Amino acid sequence: MKFLRKIFDDAHEKLSSNEKTKKFFPLIDAFDTLMFTPNHVTNKGSHIRDAIDLKRTMMLVIIALIPCLLFGIYNTGYQHFRVLNQLADVSFFEIILKGAFVVLPLVVVSYGAGLLVEFIFAIRNGHTVQEGFLVSGMLIPLCMPADVPLWMVAVATMFAVVIGKEVFGGTGMNILNVALTARAFLFFAHPTKMSGNEVWVTGFSDLKGEKYASLVSSSNVDGVVDGSTGATALGDLASFMQDSPVLENTQAFQAKYSLMDSFLGFIPGSVGETSALMCLIGAALLLWTGIASWRVISSFFIGGFVMATILNLVGGNGYFELPAIHQLMLGGFMFGMVFMATDPVTAAHTNAGKFIYGFLGGFLGILIRMVNPAYPEGIMLAILIANVFAPLIDHMVIQNNINRRLKRLKTA
Amino acid sequence: MKITVKKGLNINIKGASEKIMGEANSSKLFAIKPTDFPNLVPKMLVKEGDSVKCGSPIFCDKYNDQINFSSPVSGEVQNIIRGEKRRILSVTILSDNKFIQLNSKPKDYSKLGREDLKTDLLSIGLWPLIRMRPIDIIASPSDSPKSIFISGFDSNPLSPDYDFIMHNKAAEFNAGLELLNMLTEGKVHLQTRPNADDVFLNAKNIQHNIVKGPHPAGNVGTQIHEIDPLNKGEVIWYINPQDVLILGRFSLTGAYDASKVISLGGEGSSEKKYFKTISGSSIKSILSKTSIAENSRILSGNPLTGDKVDLDGFIGYYHNQISIIPEGNEHKFFLTDGWLSLGFNKFSASKSYPTWLLPKSKSYNFDTNLNGEERAFVVSGQYEKVFPFDIYPVQLIKSIVTNDIEKMENLGIYEVAPEDFALCEFVCTSKINVQNIVREGLDLVYKECM
Repeated sequence: MKFLRKIFDDAHEKLSSNEKTKKFFPLIDAFDTLMFTPNHVTNKGSHIRDAIDLKRTMMLVIIALIPCLLFGIYNTGYQHFRVLNQLADVSFFEIILKGAFVVLPLVVVSYGAGLLVEFIFAIRNGHTVQEGFLVSGMLIPLCMPADVPLWMVAVATMFAVVIGKEVFGGTGMNILNVALTARAFLFFAHPTKMSGNEVWVTGFSDLKGEKYASLVSSSNVDGVVDGSTGATALGDLASFMQDSPVLENTQAFQAKYSLMDSFLGFIPGSVGETSALMCLIGAALLLWTGIASWRVISSFFIGGFVMATILNLVGGNGYFELPAIHQLMLGGFMFGMVFMATDPVTAAHTNAGKFIYGFLGGFLGILIRMVNPAYPEGIMLAILIANVFAPLIDHMVIQNNINRRLKRLKTA
Repeated sequence: MKITVKKGLNINIKGASEKIMGEANSSKLFAIKPTDFPNLVPKMLVKEGDSVKCGSPIFCDKYNDQINFSSPVSGEVQNIIRGEKRRILSVTILSDNKFIQLNSKPKDYSKLGREDLKTDLLSIGLWPLIRMRPIDIIASPSDSPKSIFISGFDSNPLSPDYDFIMHNKAAEFNAGLELLNMLTEGKVHLQTRPNADDVFLNAKNIQHNIVKGPHPAGNVGTQIHEIDPLNKGEVIWYINPQDVLILGRFSLTGAYDASKVISLGGEGSSEKKYFKTISGSSIKSILSKTSIAENSRILSGNPLTGDKVDLDGFIGYYHNQISIIPEGNEHKFFLTDGWLSLGFNKFSASKSYPTWLLPKSKSYNFDTNLNGEERAFVVSGQYEKVFPFDIYPVQLIKSIVTNDIEKMENLGIYEVAPEDFALCEFVCTSKINVQNIVREGLDLVYKECM
């Protein structure tokens, strides 16, 4: 390691010896502090410090995302070959290869674009590169549809980092979750690439003119759905709200997307969001290491469950009648609950506030998803709304504490 | 009264002191450091070369010149050391080893009354032993405190054991308590662990409270919050048990006898024992028979709140221990020893290192490395886990950083002192120097509102 240490020490020396290159210090520093915990010592106050730092915290979140990433790669390939009706012909390896070929470029572009912006801002403002983007960079590709153009990912990422974070002062200062800002940006700027029935399965839109037409039309003639459409489960569900539902009734839906498939994640959707199981594995790690707030996760789940149950009781159509637990396994609910809502910067900061914030997110998520004619998913918007309300929730909680203190003053 | 502190954290650091008295040379050089007293602007009362006795005033508080700070020994004022803008950093006194007293007639203060006691404590320089909350500075003699607090145990890492130190000192202790009782209309609260020494259990004229739970259970701030919380406009005084002994000796003999027992511990120290010494002694004398590991940091006080001192330095006025811990001024490779290591030897209050699964009694090596870099607040809920006050610590810190005095008051700044935030500073992922911020906030509030 002495060899490596020497390289960094030399680089630091060379950079700082020249006035012009001095400002590029954050570049070297970022790699240096990645490889070595710096030799900074305490000065005053607490002379010993806890072993944890922000890098480790962020890295544990990334590790928690790995199951979702790996399954996302597999499922991207799986859905591709499913639509082509070639599942029987391809090996596991080919599925993985196809998926990796689609997903890994998303990851690379997201990190590349985001870190570029981070470095530019670090050099411009003369501070070290903060670790916040390490997690956002992984969340962004995982909440995108598989077929999203790479340039859009790059633009969205840059938008999110600049407008969502850096203008507020960088990591720790943002109001909205950065990854969801990126997703929301694309959702509103390029809706055709972020919604509908054609973006969720890779290669689907290309096929549309050729094989797809024959595949789909032949099956649709008989009125039988053979699973060859590119729609998400929620897309199919939302059609219950329209005049011409894709499926007959809830039972037909449950036959097509069984609870088990929805839980395991063998359904179309954004890259990393489909598998509730993988999200729960990630959640287990985050809760075990104490990094994610159990308050947010549990209240988010309860909030979603309560809303879904209410709509169950309302009933009246195939969408509302889907059992609450199945509803929560679909779409981005679990992924948003575990990885987006728990973002400590944009969530409520007080412990009591976290319960309210989480409940609000889950409750609104299912409400927007189901009572919304335009788009069959609402978790992204609900979490962003909850982000906006988080400071207000904290304010109420803190005001309560202040009033308690004032009351004690009066009685004393 | 029985109290259980629920939130907090015990830090098991290697190198705790054994309950044995060690041998050390007695100090020739002593110092009184104005820097030990937050907010103090000193006004010198002696010149270099003046001869002084035990209890002779050396300097006083410029803005409250009743409060004297006295020499703990007899001898000669050797040096007045000044820093930037001629600020006085310390006054050193060369002892003649005779301990000639300025005053050696005890008075019966129960007959003379409170005002005479105050006047005498102020003039002989024992008053600074009594500190006050809010603001955590020397008590203001004109205040009437609603109660006086004594914490009979220290829960900080490597802290001295007062049960051991105070053993068999009941006469002095009770005499000191008697004086304290005269200073307040309210109660004198003494907090101990359940199995405290007889000196504490048989103490007279006090309200005895038993405190259970992890650090900061031994901090007087925690105890005040649980037993008799402070409101705006109220004042509580507090004093260390060893300083009660000093008051007790003054009551019994009229003398200024600032001798006390301090503990020496930490990984960098060859001797981990207790030493008899005098307030203001030089570090060198206490460590005269101790070898110090290379690249170590000497602290007057404990590792969470103490002050960095040189070997040529002096023990702080309020400190009862010296800790010697390894410096951490080395780069740590991220996989073997740094941020991504498995870390079976790393202690963390978070659960991000596997050591949280090991028994709580395991002790760890600590060095002074920050273990990261300073960042903005990112992780929430971390301070709250180790902060037993009904106060929102992060929000209070933020109100201090933004100089929002009204908010500081509302969020409870009058109830806290920097040491109450020591654990927050320890656990902070973002490595923010919380104690320093709290001190600045208290100074601002003191300047603007009191």
